Amino acid sequence: MEILYLLVPLSVVLVFLIGAVFWLALKGGQFDDLEAPALRILSDDDLPPETAGRFDLDQKRGAAGRYDEALVGTGKSRGAMDGGTGNV
Amino acid sequence: MAEPGMYNYQVVRQFAVMTVVWGLVGMLVGVLIAAQLIWPELNINTPWLTYGRLRPLHTNAVIFAFGGSALFATSYYVVQRTCHVRLFSGGLAAFTFWGWQAVIVLAAVTLPLGITSGKEYAELEWPIDVLITLVWVSYAIVFFGTIAKRKTPHIYVANWFFGAFILTVALLHLVNSAALPVTFWKSYSAYAGVQDAMVQWWYGHNAVGFFLTAGFLGMMYYFIPKQAGRPIYSYRLSVVHFWALIFTYMWAGPHHLHYTALPDWTQSLGMVFSLILLAPSWGGMINGIMTLSGAWHKLRTDPILKFLIVSLSFYGMSTFEGPMMSIKTVNALSHYTDWTIGHVHSGALGWVGLVSMGSIYYLIPRLFGRSEMASVRLINLHFWVATVGIVLYIAAMWIAGVMQGLMWRAVSADGTLTYSFVESVKATYPFYAIRLVGGLLFFSGMVIMAWNVWKTIAAGKPQDAPIPAVAHA
Repeated sequence: MEILYLLVPLSVVLVFLIGAVFWLALKGGQFDDLEAPALRILSDDDLPPETAGRFDLDQKRGAAGRYDEALVGTGKSRGAMDGGTGNV
Repeated sequence: MAEPGMYNYQVVRQFAVMTVVWGLVGMLVGVLIAAQLIWPELNINTPWLTYGRLRPLHTNAVIFAFGGSALFATSYYVVQRTCHVRLFSGGLAAFTFWGWQAVIVLAAVTLPLGITSGKEYAELEWPIDVLITLVWVSYAIVFFGTIAKRKTPHIYVANWFFGAFILTVALLHLVNSAALPVTFWKSYSAYAGVQDAMVQWWYGHNAVGFFLTAGFLGMMYYFIPKQAGRPIYSYRLSVVHFWALIFTYMWAGPHHLHYTALPDWTQSLGMVFSLILLAPSWGGMINGIMTLSGAWHKLRTDPILKFLIVSLSFYGMSTFEGPMMSIKTVNALSHYTDWTIGHVHSGALGWVGLVSMGSIYYLIPRLFGRSEMASVRLINLHFWVATVGIVLYIAAMWIAGVMQGLMWRAVSADGTLTYSFVESVKATYPFYAIRLVGGLLFFSGMVIMAWNVWKTIAAGKPQDAPIPAVAHA
């Protein structure tokens, strides 16, 4: 099983490499704040401008459809989170 | 078109659309070979339509064409949006798209022609392997280049998963595909016999771990919080999940070689590492699902969220089933049976398939200037058709697998085998039929998705988004 002389040392080197990357990330402050990053992606509004308009394929979902309510809901929480992360 | 103030959505759009196209192709081939197992005549006496050649075409198409395109699309989108910066090198990014499509087309031509290196999930011959290497190095440059010029100090956890996936797949590909070319379309592996088997499954299982798990976990950590409008349940746990997973993954491979010429201790090592993996896997699954804690009602109205959350329950199921099957005594029953096929598909259809579809449904409207998909109802229909399909598929394969395992090991009083092999094949027919129905349903879901995506794109137009002027500190 000579192949293990390649694969086992490779794993050991990898473990040390991963350890080094972890150490660098730790020292670089990547894990100093483990709350705000989760909220920050939510304050990034990636929906296209509303001018695009909606579809008529689902006739029964008008402007007051349930899906719209869900979107409005996220809009509200998004605003709240902006406030929350403002002083980070 | 290379506006500096805009995100590069062009390459994301291309990969997102091709995800749907290759999904259709790969799943159609899957349905065809499932039918061939019931009606072998379906190969129409044509060598390039035989099961042995179409099966690698199916696996390559769904894993690398469908799954790969989904990974490219989502990683390029996520890394830009979370780093608040345009993708590094538009030219190289375009090369990764066209290069990857070329790899797929070459695979679709060479595999049916019988040109293969014979290594599972790495069947492509050496010229294509060289092209894969070039594309992959470019992918790494684009991805890490974008991370390097980010405007946000923190690197969001999804990017860590995508980054680990890109680096590890590069290493796996280089080691496993090492070969000596003899002609343009023929090469011999650099390893022989059991050495080759060991490298093959070191590659094979780590490809499951990093291509089919880490990459898609990156998707999960971005698209579930975004679609739910809630932060991930525990960001701290997501960081622990990442480091625990990459520290412990590398040695699960030998569980594919239980009771073979591989040294016994290596097999046991593989089993132990496979069992350890249950912990980080379930940590991640719970973290994703609990994101909806307090907002479960959203699952009732939001079909995209259904895709994403149910994908996690399949992830949890298959990451429990996998370690169990790696236990040698269980493996003695399950190995070489259709139970393995069931296990793979609960991960592939349930986890990888559903999380990719959910993410693509999230992306398509945003890439084409729409606020939602053409039909939200059709997303819901797709979800149910696909889920019923998966359940039929995996339940049929579980029953078939256990039945085969029991029939193969049954011994009569006089010490002879109770059943011949062909008797177990005959007994499997009904389950092959159920599996075909399940596969057909899953494929129909993909057709529904393709139509919905088509309508959305037709009504919208390609639209890039501006990079926010002030980065969030």
